[in-house]
Amino acid sequence: MNSLLSLQDISYSYHSLKEETPALSNISFEVSEGEFLAIVGPSGCGKSTLLSIIAGLLSPEKGSLFYKGRSLACCESEKTVKIGYMLQHDHLFEWRTIYQNVILGLELNHTLSDTNRDYVLKLLKDYELYSFKDKKPSELSGGMRQRAALIRTMAIHPDLLLLDEPFSALDSQTRLNVSADIAQIIRQTNMTAILITHDLAEAITLADRVLVLSKRPACIKCEMPIRFDIDRHDPMMIRNTSEYQLYFNQLWEVLTNEQSVYQSAR
Amino acid sequence: MNSPFTNPPDNPPMPMSENQYQFLKAHRRHHHIIALSRFLLIAVFLCLWETAARKEWIDVFFFSSPWGILTYLYQMFLDHSFFTHTGITLLETILSFLLVTLLSLLAATLLWYIKDLAEVLEPYLVILNSLPKSALAPLLIVWLGTGTNTIIVAGISVAVFGSVINLYTGFCQADAEMLKLIYTLGGNRKDAFIKVILPSSIPLILSNMKVNIGLSLVGVIIGEFLAARRGLGYLIIYGSQVFQLNMVITSIIILCAIAMAFYKTIQSLEHHYRKK
Repeated sequence: MNSLLSLQDISYSYHSLKEETPALSNISFEVSEGEFLAIVGPSGCGKSTLLSIIAGLLSPEKGSLFYKGRSLACCESEKTVKIGYMLQHDHLFEWRTIYQNVILGLELNHTLSDTNRDYVLKLLKDYELYSFKDKKPSELSGGMRQRAALIRTMAIHPDLLLLDEPFSALDSQTRLNVSADIAQIIRQTNMTAILITHDLAEAITLADRVLVLSKRPACIKCEMPIRFDIDRHDPMMIRNTSEYQLYFNQLWEVLTNEQSVYQSAR
Repeated sequence: MNSPFTNPPDNPPMPMSENQYQFLKAHRRHHHIIALSRFLLIAVFLCLWETAARKEWIDVFFFSSPWGILTYLYQMFLDHSFFTHTGITLLETILSFLLVTLLSLLAATLLWYIKDLAEVLEPYLVILNSLPKSALAPLLIVWLGTGTNTIIVAGISVAVFGSVINLYTGFCQADAEMLKLIYTLGGNRKDAFIKVILPSSIPLILSNMKVNIGLSLVGVIIGEFLAARRGLGYLIIYGSQVFQLNMVITSIIILCAIAMAFYKTIQSLEHHYRKK
């Protein structure tokens, strides 16, 4: 598969009057078209910083990002690449209806055409939110709200989807259902996605490849392709396979080693 | 798509249970008692005042009486002075209030856009807000003369600085993640303001308006004390100088009614917004 996104030696530090805090150190990896990549790592290691850099919200202090071989910053300023970003909370605006919320990205990009309106209505129908389009977000359940947030992100036809722990605010049962649901949507549309999560089980069941980041300043500790012989739409079925256990144990070992190094360093 | 979610069905209306009926009855009773208590409080006070005046327990020359006030109010209606004085105070207060709302919104928006400007102006705003505005009134008279302009500026000066500080602080407290969402969807700082800051600040703007309408009235009355020949503030100061206590207290009561009417208007605006 062709490389869609490429990061080369990305480093980033946070600065305050007291000190400089290195967050990322020489991160390099590639994401192929249609790939679902998961990134896991200890808390506060800089995972969200990495997504913010890819989304163009932060500029790396060192290193380069390429989208289909061209500088990502150029592509973003020329608007030749659209990056969808799902945050930890759905952040649906209470002063807008569900429909007005999901067309927010189109409004901001000045692309609110009839075709795009129809596309949004189709997405609302497909994801069973059409009858709620005139409701306020507070009238929806957590899972429905997160689906609305996904539609808002997908409405802008993103070339790359960034998922920053989008299920972490949900209770465990809803989380399992919504994560499987959203992963299925992403696979059906063959979208390229990068997921950040604390949850190893989520990373293994959803992603094609898992990257493990080290403690701060984060560097890539391990990279593991994930393959299952069965259909991936049912997360519970995947969790019962022997491959899942194998992947989980291997990743767990890497993460616990990282954690113990982190604790002894403290 | 086989979604594991089922959307909640629309529930048919349930018949009211005995417990719900009792709850609603107790709720209504509580509200009736509160309303009755409020009415009784003022009625008893007025009766006591009138009795004290008639029995000469208090000197009517200094303390007036409810009947004296009513008579004076009736006279004011007859000679149309009620409409002249109340009308000019209302007009000045509404103009001050509208200008305060507009100016403070514009200033807070500018400060939010240009953070450096906010940092530079912060100590000056705090000083101007803390300054007793009655101290400025003599200056305003020298600069603007006596008349409506001075009074409106006095009304604005009392409310505007606090309003700018409140609105700017509120704008800065908007959810950072919501702003991040706007930027991730391709929006800029202007979009962040229009789509997030402004709509999320409407409750703040409305509560700020509630405070401003009262402060504008205070400023206008200060202005009328010093630089007017018409208005309720002028009547109060003139009445006290010529020992016409009926005039003073009637004006104060009209002021109370105006303040209440303003407050209720903004409250109903707020209620309308919440319902929406």
